[in-house]
Amino acid sequence: MSKTNIADVEAMAAKYPDVVALPLAKRLVGPLATLAVACYLVFSFFAFDVSGVLGKARMDMASLYALDAYAHKVHVKYQFKKPEQGYIVSLEGSKRAVYEQHPEWVQTNGADAQIDLGDDGILQISGGIMSYSHPDYAEPLRFAVGDGVPRYLGGELPEWLKLSKTQVNARPTLYTRIWATKSKVEVQRYFNGWENFWFDFDSVLNGMSFGQIWALVFSAERIEPERSNLSLVFSEFWTNAEWQHGEVAYALLQTLVMAVVGTLIGGIVALPLAFAAANNVNPSKLGRFTLRRCFDFLRGVDNLIWSLIFIRAFGLGPLSGTFAIFFTDTGTFGKLFSEAIENADKKQVEGMQATGASPVQKYRFGVFPQILPLFVSQMLYYLESNTRSATVIGALGAGGIGLKLLETMRTRQDWENTTYLIVLIIAVVILMDNMSGWLRRKLIAGGAEGK
Amino acid sequence: MAARDFVAASPKLNEIELAYHRVSRQRNLYTLLLLAACVFAIFGGLMIANEANSGDFWVGLSQFFDYPVDLFVGAYEKGLAGLGSLVVHYFPFLLETLNIALVSTVIAFGLGGALSFVASRNLVQSRLLVFCMRRIMDVTRAFPEIVIALLLVLIFGPTPVAAVAAVTFHTIGALAKQFSETNENADMKSVEGIQSVGGNWFEQVRFGVLPQVLPNFFSYGLLRLEINVRASAILGFVGAGGLGAELKAVVDWNYGADILVIIFMLVISITTIDYLSGLVRRKLIGTAGAH
Repeated sequence: MSKTNIADVEAMAAKYPDVVALPLAKRLVGPLATLAVACYLVFSFFAFDVSGVLGKARMDMASLYALDAYAHKVHVKYQFKKPEQGYIVSLEGSKRAVYEQHPEWVQTNGADAQIDLGDDGILQISGGIMSYSHPDYAEPLRFAVGDGVPRYLGGELPEWLKLSKTQVNARPTLYTRIWATKSKVEVQRYFNGWENFWFDFDSVLNGMSFGQIWALVFSAERIEPERSNLSLVFSEFWTNAEWQHGEVAYALLQTLVMAVVGTLIGGIVALPLAFAAANNVNPSKLGRFTLRRCFDFLRGVDNLIWSLIFIRAFGLGPLSGTFAIFFTDTGTFGKLFSEAIENADKKQVEGMQATGASPVQKYRFGVFPQILPLFVSQMLYYLESNTRSATVIGALGAGGIGLKLLETMRTRQDWENTTYLIVLIIAVVILMDNMSGWLRRKLIAGGAEGK
Repeated sequence: MAARDFVAASPKLNEIELAYHRVSRQRNLYTLLLLAACVFAIFGGLMIANEANSGDFWVGLSQFFDYPVDLFVGAYEKGLAGLGSLVVHYFPFLLETLNIALVSTVIAFGLGGALSFVASRNLVQSRLLVFCMRRIMDVTRAFPEIVIALLLVLIFGPTPVAAVAAVTFHTIGALAKQFSETNENADMKSVEGIQSVGGNWFEQVRFGVLPQVLPNFFSYGLLRLEINVRASAILGFVGAGGLGAELKAVVDWNYGADILVIIFMLVISITTIDYLSGLVRRKLIGTAGAH
């Protein structure tokens, strides 16, 4: 490697002054642009009142949602007015999902109980005294319950325990909540994992392991005599009331239909229009201009607005979503395709003309084969983004998985279902993305081979 | 005639001709199958969609123009002065929507740009790192904006910050992917030059790659800006501020004139941004090509 000495560097600097010593104005472009962007971001920070918004954020709600998204909660409840019911253990406090047999961590004897809260200690209720021993505190916290408003009897009060005139509310960690009022004692304990994902709470198959199900499918003994075990297993899974696998699959199908059919019809309708809007096909300037503006209009009116208009006409549902995507895409494809047609090689058209081809044949054999790979690859490219659009306009009324997602979010309880749907949506979008990418690569590679 | 005799006389050529026919038949069959699949997808899909829809297609078709006509009648009743005052009333909301789009594009441009260098095969030795980065980008890109916006609106309440965060998150993934593809196509000679004089990784990227790819980055960024204006308008519908939130309100109340004014403001700004970004992009790519 040759060495560059100072004299050489100076000689070079003198030879190429534009490169080594840039004029001041040019050198300032970078820093000034960075400064302008920084100023703009600071301005926006105040314009959107970010600090105010963050201050008002319900982070406690957020952490609860996050917990509920991957964990499920079991309620243990005792009502003092209804001692005959005893302790009721249920999933998420639902009346439909009451455990007939108490789990191991709940030991009861009439009005008395010992509830093991895992790392959060043990709660004991006996003889009208509720005492909670937490591992971090030497002395148990004691309350008199069942006789009017809960009364605090002793023990060091931790800061996670809220004592009011009417109730005791303790939340040592996110996983445990103890709640006592005049009429009841309720303990909520979270467990990781999605409960009843495969089979419903009251399904005969609930609680069976994968191996047991597998054995059941192949066993000759039928649980329900009128149908095979396989069909029973499938239908129990498919009609799971809480997770609604069947309905979710149907909603997903609707969303895919919106994306696929909207893109296909859009492409098919745009194709002849694009020929009519290309300057090497259509000699009429006015006609081309009109078509171009139509494309701009179709594209400029967003999916969302088209779907609003179509929902008024066709009602709520995927048909309206399909048409919304179809309209926007016709504009997009019309523009892209007509540009491609204008850029097509003229020589092949001239060659066709020389053989005495009719105008239709000229474009069919001269232009069409040149731009076909581009058409298909553009349509595949848009298929992925339309899957996402279909989810979005679905949430705004066009149905499908988007609407399902909105419904589960609105309940503000079924966060595990929300998570499930989000995971499904993302999986489908990534799948569509990879599939369209793979097909496009194949297509372009195939086109290159053909040339 | 002579040619045919010649073909008939030489078995090799005959074979070629048969092979040609076979391939062409196969090709026609594939084309037919593909067309059949398309037709099946369209009609099957339309039937599924029609069944799931609350209204019927043919009934809907006859009512298609009812709603737009309603809107125009509402606008006509308002008069020109009334429409003008509506434009003035909604203009700040349009600015908010545009601002949401711009802020999120700018932030995502910076973050996505930084991320893209770590996700380019020609700049990073570790295959594992590139693979992980690519998968992270896939996931952020696949997140529909509306999902994040809905979650954030629940936590932060109705605020444009939710829209900014949602659009930024999605845009980071989308831009980083396009950017890293651009990086991989960059000429590596300048990087080698800087390496040979002892430049570290940051200097190689800063002086070797960045000047080459920056015009393309800006071009993709402008394209995203237009997409993000649409997205931020939509996110208003779930309470994330801007013109979309106003549109949602007037659609619910069925104020024809207001709906029409907002739609026109949106369409005009989207078309204008589309046109301007196209103009600038052609310039950028043009100068990039001249280098």
